[in-house]
Amino acid sequence: MAQLTLKNLGKSFDDTDVIRDLSLDVADGELVCLLGPSGSGKSTVLRMVGGFETPNRGAILIDGEDVTRVPPEKRPTGMVFQSHALWSHMSVAGNVAFGLKLRGLPKAQILDKVQEALALVGLEGYGERRVWQLSGGQQQRVAIARALVLEPKILLLDEPFASLDQHLRERLREELRDIQRRLGITTLFVTHGQDEALALADRIVVLRSGEIEQVASPDRMYRAPQTRFVAGFIGSMNFLPCDMRGGVSDHPLFTVRAAVSDGPVELAIRPEALTLLPASGTGARVHRVTDYGTHLLVDVDLPDGGRLKAMCPPSARYETGQEVAPGASHVALFRGDAKLAEVTVERRVADHV
Amino acid sequence: MTAIDPTTLSAEVPVHRTKRPDWLGLALALALGIVVVIPLLVVAIWAFAEVWRYPSLLPQEFGFRFWQATLARPDVWNAMSLSLRLSITVTLLSALICLPAAYAFARMDFPGRNVLFLSFLASHAFPKFGLLVAIAGIFLNLGLISTFWGVVLIQLVGTLMMMIWIPVAAFQNVDRAMEEAARDAGAGPIRVFWSVSLPQAAPTIFAAVLLSFVGTFYETEGAWLIGAPEIRTMPVLMITYINNQIVVQYGAVLSVLLWVPSFIALMFTRRLVGSGSFAKGFGV
Ligand SMILES: Nc1ncnc2c1ncn2[C@@H]1O[C@H](COP(=O)(O)OP(=O)(O)O)[C@@H](O)[C@H]1O
Ligand SMILES: [Mg+2]
Repeated sequence: MAQLTLKNLGKSFDDTDVIRDLSLDVADGELVCLLGPSGSGKSTVLRMVGGFETPNRGAILIDGEDVTRVPPEKRPTGMVFQSHALWSHMSVAGNVAFGLKLRGLPKAQILDKVQEALALVGLEGYGERRVWQLSGGQQQRVAIARALVLEPKILLLDEPFASLDQHLRERLREELRDIQRRLGITTLFVTHGQDEALALADRIVVLRSGEIEQVASPDRMYRAPQTRFVAGFIGSMNFLPCDMRGGVSDHPLFTVRAAVSDGPVELAIRPEALTLLPASGTGARVHRVTDYGTHLLVDVDLPDGGRLKAMCPPSARYETGQEVAPGASHVALFRGDAKLAEVTVERRVADHV
Repeated sequence: MTAIDPTTLSAEVPVHRTKRPDWLGLALALALGIVVVIPLLVVAIWAFAEVWRYPSLLPQEFGFRFWQATLARPDVWNAMSLSLRLSITVTLLSALICLPAAYAFARMDFPGRNVLFLSFLASHAFPKFGLLVAIAGIFLNLGLISTFWGVVLIQLVGTLMMMIWIPVAAFQNVDRAMEEAARDAGAGPIRVFWSVSLPQAAPTIFAAVLLSFVGTFYETEGAWLIGAPEIRTMPVLMITYINNQIVVQYGAVLSVLLWVPSFIALMFTRRLVGSGSFAKGFGV
């Protein structure tokens, strides 16, 4: 199949750098998610790969072949747009068949391939329908079939499920994952939803203002974020500002020991790494308890005015206003945007009980 | 229904329904109706009147005598066929020139784009007759006066605004992603225009084509100034009748005859005007 290489890509619009210097390798059959907040340049990268934008600097290689200046109609890429972009003046089959007709395939073969592609996305028998007679999810399936039927080397998707409701989004995500696995097609998927990236990707690329913040597997991205931005962007994270003095944090509730130079830091703690024990004299009080069935999410007001989110077992009981002693099993230390250390801490409950 | 994109329909502005009757609006509509309808009615009655003397409100005798007389004249049929040939030629040529130009205006950014776009519209910003006289002078030197193609050329100018402005807006309303999806599927730029942009903009463009056909069919100033004396279109013939003959009925019959194509065209366009895409056509 195919391999995609982006080499030192740069793109400016009206003299503003949208993509600075981006390099990335996507392996054969891999599904890579470009994840980032709106405006971070995800679509621009994808559109450069598809041939809809020309990079100002750098090169795009597919299977080692430079396609940087190749127009979209000659590129071995297939794109799925957020707005589905189906041609409403054609039937569903007409949409899927369009590219095949351009290639001058014999009629019988076109029919077969269209059938096959529609079956792949679970839309057998929908060929004669008009595009607007389909639901949003079905339309996006047709768009996927339309892209896949041309057997592109690289499949590109730009937030394809963003306009669908949560439930449908999750279902289509799984279907796409299955199809992608089955065909083994190299895929670049743009999303601003971290849950989507975590669920779909072999590797996630977090983009921020046109620069790669971190590249990692979903597991690593969640458990070992390398920058404060990634730590805050993926999943939920508590950040507690304090100072390090002589290798110990001066936070009243969390004493963290780490070989870190003196100065201000932020302690980053996942809600599920927190435990709350009943205590007095800590000044930390339960603000609100939300029961999600599988777990409780407890908001805790801290004496310094900050707030913590803690994930607790559903069997636990907390009263609003109750004083608690929070303890963390895992803490990452950030200074500015950089990660300084990652530590597993002992709890210091005993003094207060 | 015509093939109108459902997305343009949903974009329609909701109609406000007030419970109180809008008296001012009603009065205005009525006044307009009287001003527009009464003359038409009078002409229509004249077309079927055989005897209509002064004090009477209605003709004393109705009949088809003048219809027979008018339709028996070979110059009427010649003018009709000439008018149709002219209008079809002008509209086709105009579409051939203007639609690709409109697409370029809508989609491409080239130096002088705005100046060129304005110059297309500018021909309508000045008193038309002055322009016509100037052009007539040029045509005289070129030997185009009183020829079919001379009239075609002058009428072509008259359709430019309609055939540029409305299609530009129509093309701008076409979802760019649709065009990009076609590129992605292997279509070159010209194929994209033909297979996606044009069909997507078709309802609105069809309205523009229809309007310029009708506009050309009824155009008189250019047709008369450039075409006379050899080229006599239906409206020119009608004016000649009214000017030269005391018999009002000839003119009236012709004018009623002339309503037919415009009425049909109007019925077509009305449905399209209703769709949001046409209304947006003027929001360049
Ligand atoms: N055609 C364009 N012209 C000018 N600026 C653009 C264009 N396309 C994108 N941008 C700018 O580039 C930045 C990145 O856009 P985009 O790649 O669409 O971000 P994302 O997909 O991550 O939301 C944005 O600030 C956007 O305004
Ligand atoms: Mg985007």
